[in-house]
Amino acid sequence: MSLLDVQNVSRHFGSLVAVNGVSLAVERGELRAVIGPNGAGKTTFFNLISGFFPPTSGRIVFDGVDVTQLPVHERVVMGMARTFQITEIFPEFSVRENLRIPVEVAAGYRLRPWMSHTDDGEMRARVVELMEMGGLTDKADRLVGELPHGDQRATEIMMALALKPRLLLLDEPTAGMGDQETYDITRLIRRLHKDQGLTIVLIEHDMRVIFHLADRIMVLAEGAVLAEGTPDQIANDERVQAAYLGKAA
Amino acid sequence: MKRLPVNRLSSRTSSAIIWIVLLTLPLWMRAVGSYTELGTQVVVLALAAMALNFLLGFTGTLSFGHAAYFGLGAYGAAMTIKYLVPSTPLAILVGMAAGTIAAMIIGALIVKLRGVYFAMVTIAFGQVFYFITFRWNTVTGGDDGLSGWHRIPLNLGFTTIDIEHDGKAFYYFVLLCFALSVGVMAFLLRSPFGRTLLAIRENERRARFLGIPIERHLWLSFVISCLFASVAGALYALLNNFTDPRALYWGQSGNFVIMAVLGGMRSFWGPLIGAAIFVVLQDYVSSHTENWMSFVGLFFVLVVLFFPRGVLGIIRRRTMR
Repeated sequence: MSLLDVQNVSRHFGSLVAVNGVSLAVERGELRAVIGPNGAGKTTFFNLISGFFPPTSGRIVFDGVDVTQLPVHERVVMGMARTFQITEIFPEFSVRENLRIPVEVAAGYRLRPWMSHTDDGEMRARVVELMEMGGLTDKADRLVGELPHGDQRATEIMMALALKPRLLLLDEPTAGMGDQETYDITRLIRRLHKDQGLTIVLIEHDMRVIFHLADRIMVLAEGAVLAEGTPDQIANDERVQAAYLGKAA
Repeated sequence: MKRLPVNRLSSRTSSAIIWIVLLTLPLWMRAVGSYTELGTQVVVLALAAMALNFLLGFTGTLSFGHAAYFGLGAYGAAMTIKYLVPSTPLAILVGMAAGTIAAMIIGALIVKLRGVYFAMVTIAFGQVFYFITFRWNTVTGGDDGLSGWHRIPLNLGFTTIDIEHDGKAFYYFVLLCFALSVGVMAFLLRSPFGRTLLAIRENERRARFLGIPIERHLWLSFVISCLFASVAGALYALLNNFTDPRALYWGQSGNFVIMAVLGGMRSFWGPLIGAAIFVVLQDYVSSHTENWMSFVGLFFVLVVLFFPRGVLGIIRRRTMR
């Protein structure tokens, strides 16, 4: 059984069909890339999976459970975490404070009015562990809003990871980054995928990143699936080339 | 400006100074040409403003209808003593229950709203309560208010504390209620639950996708905020041995917002400073001119224009640089 099984979902905004009958099955431990020209419906598709809004039709099954109508926070509890194309963080909080919140939510403490010394120590330790993994230890007490874009991105990814997800949804994690930052983030994602066996679905524009990371690629164009396959199959697919070159021309 | 970590609400020094001032207040209030009741009024309104700020400053949601819960607390306390039982603690508990239950129901209806819509609907609901107290003459006394009752001395079994006639004793009784209330609020804000509220204030979308059920937490924050506003209302009625519909009027809600913003809504003690400035200005200026509100207004505009973080924000910037 696939971890994520999206069945024929569509989403209409008035007369605009943003996503049109898309299906996607992601296996455990897989890293799947979703690519496509601008306006292909990639982010809308992500919003459907993560529960930002419900699909107009179709079903989303996560780990055997129909989550189509579930609110966002319940999907998070089930193990779905995401990042955004435009980084969503708490800019006026430090890195440590940014991570502390999801760590506590993941521990089931979101309604707790008190915390024991032991629990507090555990939460701190977990935050430290996440900062080390994300290469953020030396910036622990800096305000995230003052950090370079790459560090903000890393913080956002570690916040998602703090939720102990089984499925990580990354919406253009290298958008707007320089070469070095792109390299660092790519390496981080690769470690999460290879070392921790995390299942990841990734929207990305940078082809170097995609071919370096992805097990399989799904290509969206005008809201529908254009092609699906391994990186090599996609690279040699004439329809995909036409879709990209057609846009470029 | 050095920034306090999220877990710390205020510096130890500022908290210590504030508690020393509050604890010694009746000892020097007369010496500076004032009177104890004015101090009591500051503490009561400060509690209301700090309660509002739990929602405004620490959850990032503006309510313009907190006078409704303040007023329900006041009427709950007044009517308990007048019609039911001559007991001050019970009066406060009933007032608190009245405000809190109303907030639970109304909160459930409005937590899906955001920003200006939330604020407008809180005004609308507040005005509903205002008109009920205004019109229901036989029970609430209507426009004349509810008089013909007074706060009852505290009977502790072995001794009786005469908060009815001894202004200082009543001040310390109010200060005890204030300390318990703000203590609970500070405790909650430092907890994991409190951090989820700060998360909602900072970035609601991020908070939602970190698995925080926004509506539930907003509802809780609203109810907690209104609970302490109604405690303040009950104390206010006890202070005056009287209450009238103006306690629920939306202008009163506006005063709470002014106090919070004036003092600094991002700091825990800000609304207390705001309430002190508001009450002292009102007391001092109103003895010279009827138009005291224009002076408060002018002061408010100057603070908002030049010191958007409020009076406490200015002091903090000076001392912590």
